[in-house]
Amino acid sequence: MSTLGKSANEGIKDASEYLRGTILDGLADSATGSLSKDDQQLTKFHGIYQQDDRDIRKERRKKKLEPAYSFMIRVRVPGGVSTPEQWIEMDRIAQEHANGALKLTTRQAFQFHGVIKSNLKKSIAEINEALFDTLAACGDVNRNVMCNPNPMQSKVHGDVLELATQISDHLSPRTGAYHDIWIDDGSGEKVKVTYDPPLIDDIADPEEPIYGKHYLPRKFKTVIAVPPSNDVDIYAHDLGYIAILEGDDKIVGYNITVGGGMGMTHGNEETFPRLADGLGFCTPDQAVKVGEAVVRVQRDHGNRDVRTNARLKYTIERLGINKFREEVEKLCGFELEKPRDFEFEDNGDRYGWIEDHEGNFHYTMFVENGRVYDTEEYPLLTGLREIAEIHEGDFRLTANQNLIIANISPGKKAEIEKLLEEYNMVDSYERSALRLNSMACVSLPTCGLALAESQRYLPELVSEIESVLEDTGLRHDAITIRMTGCPNGCARPYISEIGFVGRAPGKYNLYLGGGFHGERLSKLYAPSVKSDEIKTVLEPIIRDYAENRKDGEHFGDFTIRAGYIKVTENGRDFHKDFVEPTLSV
Amino acid sequence: MSIPANSPLSPDQQQIANQLAAGLSAEQANWLSGFYAGIAHTGAPPITAPAAKTELTILYGSESGNAEKLSSDVAKAAGKQGFKTKVVNMADANAATMSKAENLFVIVSTWGEGDPPEGAIDYYEEFMSDKMPQLPNVKYSVLALGDTSYEHFCKIGKDFDERINKLGGERIYDRVDCDVDFEEPFQKWLTGALAALPSGEPAAPGSAAPAVAPAATVYDKKNPYSSELSERIVLNGTGSIKETLHVELSLQGSGLTYQPGDSLGIYPENRREDIEAVLAATGLEANSKLGDTTLAEALKTDFDITSLSPAIAMKYNKVVESEDLQKALEDKAAFKDWIWGRQLVDLLESYPNKKWEVDTFTGLLRPLAPRLYSIASSQAAHPDEVHLTIAAVRYSAHGRDRVGVCSTYVADKVDIGDTAKVFFHSNNNFRLPENDETPIIMVGPGTGIAPFRAFIEERAAREANGKNWLFFGDQHFSYDFLYQLDWLDYLEDGILTELSTAFSRDQKEKIYVQHRLEELGAEIWEWLEKGAYFYVCGDATRMAKDVNQALLDIAQEHGKKSPEDAKVWLTALRKEKRYQRDVY
Repeated sequence: MSTLGKSANEGIKDASEYLRGTILDGLADSATGSLSKDDQQLTKFHGIYQQDDRDIRKERRKKKLEPAYSFMIRVRVPGGVSTPEQWIEMDRIAQEHANGALKLTTRQAFQFHGVIKSNLKKSIAEINEALFDTLAACGDVNRNVMCNPNPMQSKVHGDVLELATQISDHLSPRTGAYHDIWIDDGSGEKVKVTYDPPLIDDIADPEEPIYGKHYLPRKFKTVIAVPPSNDVDIYAHDLGYIAILEGDDKIVGYNITVGGGMGMTHGNEETFPRLADGLGFCTPDQAVKVGEAVVRVQRDHGNRDVRTNARLKYTIERLGINKFREEVEKLCGFELEKPRDFEFEDNGDRYGWIEDHEGNFHYTMFVENGRVYDTEEYPLLTGLREIAEIHEGDFRLTANQNLIIANISPGKKAEIEKLLEEYNMVDSYERSALRLNSMACVSLPTCGLALAESQRYLPELVSEIESVLEDTGLRHDAITIRMTGCPNGCARPYISEIGFVGRAPGKYNLYLGGGFHGERLSKLYAPSVKSDEIKTVLEPIIRDYAENRKDGEHFGDFTIRAGYIKVTENGRDFHKDFVEPTLSV
Repeated sequence: MSIPANSPLSPDQQQIANQLAAGLSAEQANWLSGFYAGIAHTGAPPITAPAAKTELTILYGSESGNAEKLSSDVAKAAGKQGFKTKVVNMADANAATMSKAENLFVIVSTWGEGDPPEGAIDYYEEFMSDKMPQLPNVKYSVLALGDTSYEHFCKIGKDFDERINKLGGERIYDRVDCDVDFEEPFQKWLTGALAALPSGEPAAPGSAAPAVAPAATVYDKKNPYSSELSERIVLNGTGSIKETLHVELSLQGSGLTYQPGDSLGIYPENRREDIEAVLAATGLEANSKLGDTTLAEALKTDFDITSLSPAIAMKYNKVVESEDLQKALEDKAAFKDWIWGRQLVDLLESYPNKKWEVDTFTGLLRPLAPRLYSIASSQAAHPDEVHLTIAAVRYSAHGRDRVGVCSTYVADKVDIGDTAKVFFHSNNNFRLPENDETPIIMVGPGTGIAPFRAFIEERAAREANGKNWLFFGDQHFSYDFLYQLDWLDYLEDGILTELSTAFSRDQKEKIYVQHRLEELGAEIWEWLEKGAYFYVCGDATRMAKDVNQALLDIAQEHGKKSPEDAKVWLTALRKEKRYQRDVY
């Protein structure tokens, strides 16, 4: 076993008995709604983040109450596919144990917010009964595996969904801790662990054969894309599979990408977002094995001393892609082929109705910031529940926080259309192209990392910018716009054409020049722009774009050509070439 | 046992002391320790007094947890060097208490536009305000955390540094300002600052000022004290349907004293709305003369104009002589139902008199009585204050908004800085055990928590060793956990041994304190067998009865008693004063 890494989280993992820690004792302590500091790190591996409502911290302290601690629960949904029965259960849990909202995340997962400690165990057990789990939804492990929801090609979707599920299962932690803590029915029975396909080599650590007791140095995210759509943002993830097709529906293999990642730290240029590199091509039957090998190389070579430098992207920067490939191939026992050609067109969703080859219908709707909840004007949660009650197909969460009501048989279509109309969901995508391509993380008040507002503010900012778009005739031109409340990048802001990253309350770094289909990193255009000045800063650039763009030129490409920012070729260059703009504000 | 090498004794003195210590009996050792202590006090020392460990207070303000983590690192390092450390979170402390510190390290971060960490805002403001006492004896050093990419880099650390200096503190090691990479400068600061601390000299004993003699006036129920309201907080969080007040009243200069378990009486005033309703219903004029005051004034302060009972109604009908009311009064049960949720004004309106005279009307009224509230503080912890926990009573019935006269008087009428008329009401049937070693079990859901806050404060101040087990219950954990932060502190300090909670509305099935008592019956029986006192405070109609039953059940189940024996046992417990109740 390797020596213990120096970063604090490594010590916590080491002492945790395979993610057990003192979580059970913490749950039993009825004096506080909090868990111990170390256990808060460990529960992440169980899909649970402790948070508090930061808006009311001060008020509560005056009232002699501890912060309003509650928990965010992230449900792992491989490929984002949920049955109607599962949807109804998630809806019920959101109302009974959480804050009444169901959040669709940027990584095709469900999230519940505001679950208090005494309801935590019940919630996880009920999620388990609905045949979902929360294990490895967060933490230093392979998290929810995403794949393109692809309603057009149902056979291809079936294949990639199966691969997503296989990878998800194969790379799941095997510790019995999850079962012992959350599901324990008193029977003393352990979850049966199977290895299919089998592991690469002998089991060194029977409790945790792939990860070992220290798990990965940092989080690890896997996605599968089906060109021409890059909706899953392949370049932003640690491990990516790009499906290579022959004809319409035959997957002959996958291009493997490694080393993408968004997170960075303000003021630390050793940290930067990075696009994934191509590693090679493998056949479908090799895909899981390659995934395991990538995880294990990162397990052994990732930086466990400095947590901000621990993601796979830094490992690859350090080893070089060729050395990294060698290590992967050594573990696999076969060589990867040269990557095949493919083409991406965008990273957004295709809204509205689609009829597939088999004659089934799919409806993709816009869900602003992925928040499914009821208001008087827009009872979205209720509307979708009513649909779930009659729907015989499935629901698909997209990588852009939207929702597909998928596989609607011709016979059911009229009924579902009627409900869509009744609940105002029919024109959910009749918005500006900017809004349809907008994405924000949760941020304040609950996220502990947040430095500025995000999902509560972006819709308002988009409205402000829309006035400029209307005026310049750009309402239907898609521009990707993303916002996060901190530099960790949950909404993948560094590959959007307009990106905002919170620095302080009401202040954002403004990034421009990301690739329209997520193929290029952006560049800092203006630091710490006040929210009431954003429109003034952006307006001249948008007007310039409207007047001087070339035919079909995307906004991100234009901002580079017009000289607003220098191009960012790779992650190492992300902080370079920043030029203080002369702003008229 | 031998004298540690880092003691202030010279090597020769160490040797002598070690030799002497080796041959001492316990009695001799005790005697000698007193003798040496005497030398230290009379200041005639041929020998230096044994070293008390030098105290080091580490004060931190943390947002992300870095300052907190570094503080605990400092405490570890300082502990290893023989300092007695105390780590204080700005979020949990009052700035004024820092005047007691002799050696002080401050670690604080700066956020946003030069702001303190959220939790430290109050502390910071107090520290920077004129109210902050001088710190002439403090030796200090500051470690500031910040981010150079912000304009006001390390501002809060700088502010503390300057402020302590201005208050008379002695900077023993220069402040270090850290950027996001704080590890290296922190280590440098830690080494330097620890080296600069005075090592091992015991503190000079402080001389206590003689107590000021109390004022001569005697305040009591007949001559209530006008006490100033200094604090009023609604303890329930946003989202709660409850309104439980914590109020602090000043006793400064009154010479008044009280004991944990006592109550405070408050003379309320009637609401303007209620006075107007009564005047309208009787047709009497507000400024009619009554003695040397007006009727309206008398109705405000002198008379009970809300309570309604069959007795009042009977007295009333002697004047009004209504046949309908007479008939209604004859069916006692039905009349009791009618009274439920109604007040005097309803009687006035339902059975009106043709013409009222001021004297006839007021002759029917009872004097406005003071209300008693169980005191929620210990005078040992708050010498010049008395605290109460009051549930504001507001409800709507029979088409009218109604209130509890005294609770809303305190909630709405007495502003901070205003006075209310108060007196102490002694309650010798609700007292802590004489013996500080005796364990106690306290059951106090809702406002029943009040006297137990006093008990715990008292036991903490007395440094009583007896174990303390508190049962608390209310509707919601998130909003209604009265004094939660106090309890968490007492748990951490080990003063509260156990805290068991029951929140009735956080889940489908209702859970109350008696359910927790039953769940934990085995341990409760064990505590009682070891001599624990058992206290109950709060609702008399249901809770106290259910708790009583739970005790009987525990005696049967865990004490293996028959139902009759359990009753005998409980009666004996009460007679021994080990089962005490303050219920209402």
